[in-house]
Amino acid sequence: MNRFLLATLLAIAVPAHAVLPSEQLADPALEARAREISKELRCVVCQNQSIDDSDAPLAADLRVIVREQLRLGKTDAQAKEYLVTRYGSYVLLRPPFRYDTWLLWLGPFAVLLAGAGLVIAWLRARRGVAETPALTPQEQARLDALTKD
Amino acid sequence: MTAEIGHFALILALLLSCLQASVPMWGAHRGDSALIGFGRTAAQLQALLIAVSFVALANSFVAGDFSVALVAGHSNATQPGIYRFAATWGNHEGSMLLWVLILAVFGAGLARFPGNIREALLARTLAVQGMIGAAFIAFLLFTSNPFERLSPAPFDGRELNPLLQDPGLVLHPPLLYLGYVGFSVAFSFAAAALIEGRVDAAWARWVRPWILAAWVCLTAGIALGSFWAYYELGWGGWWFWDPVENASLMPWLMGTALLHSALVLERRGALVSWTILLAVLTFSMSLIGTFLVRSGILTSVHAFAVDPERGVFILALIIGATGGALGLFAWRAPAMKSGALFGSVSRETGLSLNNLFLMAATAVVFLGTFYPVIMEAVNGDKISVGPPYYNLTFAPVMIPLLLLVTIGPVLQWKRDSLRSVFGKVRWPAIVALGTGVAAIVFLGGKSVLAGIGFALAVWLIVGAFIVPWRRRHLLRTTPMSVVGMVIAHAGLGVMTAGVTAMSGFETSKVLVMRPGDTATLRDARFTLSAVDAVRGPNYEAQRAQFSVRQGNTIRDLTSERRFYPNSQNQTTEAGIGGGILGNVYVAIGAPDPGGVGITVRIYHHPLVGWIWGGALLMALGGIASLSDRRFRIGVGASARPLAPTMPGAFGVPAE
Repeated sequence: MNRFLLATLLAIAVPAHAVLPSEQLADPALEARAREISKELRCVVCQNQSIDDSDAPLAADLRVIVREQLRLGKTDAQAKEYLVTRYGSYVLLRPPFRYDTWLLWLGPFAVLLAGAGLVIAWLRARRGVAETPALTPQEQARLDALTKD
Repeated sequence: MTAEIGHFALILALLLSCLQASVPMWGAHRGDSALIGFGRTAAQLQALLIAVSFVALANSFVAGDFSVALVAGHSNATQPGIYRFAATWGNHEGSMLLWVLILAVFGAGLARFPGNIREALLARTLAVQGMIGAAFIAFLLFTSNPFERLSPAPFDGRELNPLLQDPGLVLHPPLLYLGYVGFSVAFSFAAAALIEGRVDAAWARWVRPWILAAWVCLTAGIALGSFWAYYELGWGGWWFWDPVENASLMPWLMGTALLHSALVLERRGALVSWTILLAVLTFSMSLIGTFLVRSGILTSVHAFAVDPERGVFILALIIGATGGALGLFAWRAPAMKSGALFGSVSRETGLSLNNLFLMAATAVVFLGTFYPVIMEAVNGDKISVGPPYYNLTFAPVMIPLLLLVTIGPVLQWKRDSLRSVFGKVRWPAIVALGTGVAAIVFLGGKSVLAGIGFALAVWLIVGAFIVPWRRRHLLRTTPMSVVGMVIAHAGLGVMTAGVTAMSGFETSKVLVMRPGDTATLRDARFTLSAVDAVRGPNYEAQRAQFSVRQGNTIRDLTSERRFYPNSQNQTTEAGIGGGILGNVYVAIGAPDPGGVGITVRIYHHPLVGWIWGGALLMALGGIASLSDRRFRIGVGASARPLAPTMPGAFGVPAE
């Protein structure tokens, strides 16, 4: 039975997740670079996974391509560019800063600045009053009531 | 038959929720106490009806009634009993029924334990709750009916996705929904207050326990989901910036902001309009989260529903709810300007800044999640927004926020001076800076970011104790809300340490091992002792046993690769050796194509447990704060003397 089971498992032969031992480069420095690059590249047929995490056959192919590029002496940027020219900027998990993505990159900081502006303007407008807290009529009435007896 | 009972109960619940949405509102308008009282009855009855409906569906699942289409699609006779039960919400229709059930339970809770809330406000709140209920029950019945029958009924059902057959499924969705849906109470309270045109400190005190309860559940739910992904997905990640995770993070960030701004409103009667707006937006984020997950607009690892009809329905719901509430806000809020003032250095300012940074953090997540969708719709270009984007933009927003977390609680309400604040935070600052410098020196020059991270962690953990330390002579009388704050803020520090360690110092190895082989990673030696084939209730697996030696301790870890023949799916069960300072993690992959060995991945995850530990501490802090007696004893008694339109300028203790 066990042998049958193992045979079944082997027959399915879905590649395991992520980098396989056979893909790894002998040079540890180069391999480390390849891992870092792989984390920034999308497995284009997967749902939201980097090629470093994915077990899809395409991801394995892309990992091999990245490693080939590095072995040819290409820089990290050149290795990524090689894939971008083939798959478009969709392959980059870090979207490039372009005319149509500046809002994505700067949006949060715009929110921060605008919000900070509002808070400052609001505090300024109120500072004059805040320094000399006048009693409201109700407070005055209550104070009077308290000091009466 | 049970399915029909459930179906019928759900239809009754829809009719009842329409009454709940209208009758008490009319009653509150007319001042008719009988109509007002109807709201409370209706809310409780509605929870009962939906509970009947839910139990009927769960019963169909447990009994394996494959004539119900939903059961046939997500359950199989060989599935273990607990997963046949949990499969009830492991699918679109069932999970929406759970959503509606929790909504109704919150409504019933509010009706059953109203405390001393003004009758009219309660009636209006329950009416708004009824409107949300009606909309979602209609969504269920018209687009996602869980009780549809199949004819002829199949002999057996298709299996639940094996990734979901995990203890995580039993707890994670209910907790998450308790959080999501819990914010509906804040939304309904806000809408009711806008209809009344009256918001005061008492309002904040009534709504805050509900916000806290929702926040606690959401925090725990997210933490549990993260832990589940960590051990189940098989590569030891704990957060993927997946759209579905983001869907839960956005309401959490907003809810955290709401929790803090409601505090200002409760104590000082300030930030009235902002708090109302935030209450509306937080629940809108929950709805958007539901939309993201349920519409399939962003396909991701989690999304298991793809159907545009549903997406359009939820979108209409979001626009209706948010648009309606914002319209009310634009109409009523200008009349509700509060008179409570504060200086530019004060706890109120600190909490405003907290809100500012949390909004910017929400903007990061929102833009990252929706930008690709919008861009594809606008110019057809496809881009990916992945972890590198979030790492670059989230950190700059979070670092100032984390700095502020320790300063906020030591600030005085109303007015303070920078000098006195610096005096109070001096020691935590010195300890934190020392830690940061030490970390950079010992860990090498490359780790400046890690130094900053660890310094922030220490700043938060030590800084959390400034307030109790300063009142150490009165420690016994410390209010539970302060205890909660200390635990939650320290928990945030613990989490920061975990995140820092995991982002900078995770190590891993991938190799082919044969039984008897040994591999070393840092101080751990992994020996593969045996590889066997095993059979589970509804799967077959290859099991590898490792003995892992660290120092003098030896642990046996087991990793499995499971194959589920019913659904032709495969999962990985990692072997995890937990420890305070870090986990060792081992996962097996496919047999090596060329030989007799198997692919093995070994990892060392430093301080990873601190991430969930910290999140749990935050949730615990929320629970402690929830037990504060302030929420139970009469705010009404102290607030009643106030003139109706006077936000609590006095009568509410300004601590």
